[in-house]
Amino acid sequence: MIRLAVVSGKGGTGKTMVAAALADTSGVPQVLADCDVDAANLSLLLEPRRLTTEEFRGLAAARIDLGVCRDCGICADRCRFGAIVRRDDAWRVDPLHCEGCGVCAYVCPTGAVSMEPRVSGRICTSATDRGFLAHARLFPGSGNSGLLVTGVKKRAVALSEGADLLLADGPPGIGCPLIATVSGMDAVLAVTEPGVSALHDLTRLVTVCRRFGVRIFVVINRFDLVEDICARIEDYCEREGIRVAGKIPFDPAVVDAVREGRPVTRGDSPAAEALRALRDTLFAELGLP
Amino acid sequence: MKIAIASGKGGTGKSTVAANLAWALARSRDVALVDCDVEEPNLHLFFPAATTDVPVTTPVPVIDPARCTLCGECGKFCRFGALAVVKDCVLTFPHLCHSCGGCTLVCPQGAVREVPRTIGRIACSRPLSRLVLISGVLNEGEVQAPAVIRAAKARAEGHPLVIYDASPGIACPVIETLEGSDFCLLVTESTPFGLHDLRLAAEVAEEVGIPAGVVINRSDGEDAATVAFCRERGLPVLMTIPFSREIAAVQNRGGLIAALLPGWEERFIDLFAGVSP
Repeated sequence: MIRLAVVSGKGGTGKTMVAAALADTSGVPQVLADCDVDAANLSLLLEPRRLTTEEFRGLAAARIDLGVCRDCGICADRCRFGAIVRRDDAWRVDPLHCEGCGVCAYVCPTGAVSMEPRVSGRICTSATDRGFLAHARLFPGSGNSGLLVTGVKKRAVALSEGADLLLADGPPGIGCPLIATVSGMDAVLAVTEPGVSALHDLTRLVTVCRRFGVRIFVVINRFDLVEDICARIEDYCEREGIRVAGKIPFDPAVVDAVREGRPVTRGDSPAAEALRALRDTLFAELGLP
Repeated sequence: MKIAIASGKGGTGKSTVAANLAWALARSRDVALVDCDVEEPNLHLFFPAATTDVPVTTPVPVIDPARCTLCGECGKFCRFGALAVVKDCVLTFPHLCHSCGGCTLVCPQGAVREVPRTIGRIACSRPLSRLVLISGVLNEGEVQAPAVIRAAKARAEGHPLVIYDASPGIACPVIETLEGSDFCLLVTESTPFGLHDLRLAAEVAEEVGIPAGVVINRSDGEDAATVAFCRERGLPVLMTIPFSREIAAVQNRGGLIAALLPGWEERFIDLFAGVSP
């Protein structure tokens, strides 16, 4: 099975639109994973039918038993995350800041602090016309998004029997969730657009992806909006030895398809045509039929 | 006054709003602009200038093999998998370390000490006479974005007017950015993705407990669902930026519409009036 993640560095370049189009046109047995757990949108385009929903437990959070606490404040003193705060004349845990390290529970002389499991999101599986989809919802403000991404990928792998392709829609950025997404992949497709920000972000993304030894491909979305910057992106890719596997024109049909909640490749338009060509180029490179 | 600019969805135009707002305000007052999107900082592209860089470090453990008895307490304690005690030594994985200091506390031999490790930098510049730009930059491959955000925000302390540009998403880096802000500007676009993620971002602002308002970017006039959501949640729509190829071209080249296209400087000044108490 080939594992492919659609990533971008900069947000909003069109990852989900491209991932949905690839899922729609792939024609091979596949399983899908939405690894953008902060803002999961792939399901909005694939009419999923929910099969399972499970709580996701990240690292534990501290809890102070005020009946046992002797108010010494050693926990607050030792916590490096500012997660033990003084409120209503007592020491309390601010769950937004607690990293779950357990130092407070260790240093408390009276055993008033315990580490308790906390639910920081949900992992779901759904059926779509184009295969199973593993996806998740991180509760706003929760940490552990990298762990949740790993959970989504595990779920996708568990559903992958008979699949030739695991297709992941990745998160923006280059931090924890992106690293959790890219690790273990065979290839990434970086979606970029002709802008100085997107190009800058692409170079940082490539640096991170290189460390994981994955094959890297680029697709330039809305390439015709600023042609000279598009040329700069192509120059950059050539210098880096990265194949530009496709170029998608600016096309109002893309936003229309998102509004109608379907992949853009369900209709005929210049963007849909470019996405089908992208699929053929990419699959040939990856040895998929 | 501290204004944070956020959005659940990426690429809605946070940096555009932050850069143009800062530029317009810096024409008449002192502004500190802080790039808290430390994974992919972009504001410096709008304000090219020489920078002074300060490294950001976090403490990570090193083991003194002369004292270590391989008892395994450090490895057992570490929730992040940053220490592994094997047959004849302790392996450390500094990339995984959250710098909680637990390993130094639990070691019965005092064999663990901490050394600073560089995970990023703060780049400071003064691109305009009344604008200070403070960019947090996380090194590629590092995961401790919140530590770099904290360091960047600390550099702006004491400035009378601070604008924080957040990363996309709703997780810990966004919380780190929003905290201590007086107002949160949520930038969205009028698609189902934009609205879906605006809903999440509004929940985050609520969770942190700061008032919020909305900027609709790349509007093609089909904003009814977004406007209805804002009305229902009591979120004022403070500005609408239409989609046009002209605006897109200015921004994609790293230009500022407030500086280059007529009428936009005034609109960003009005946006600030809508935000300030």
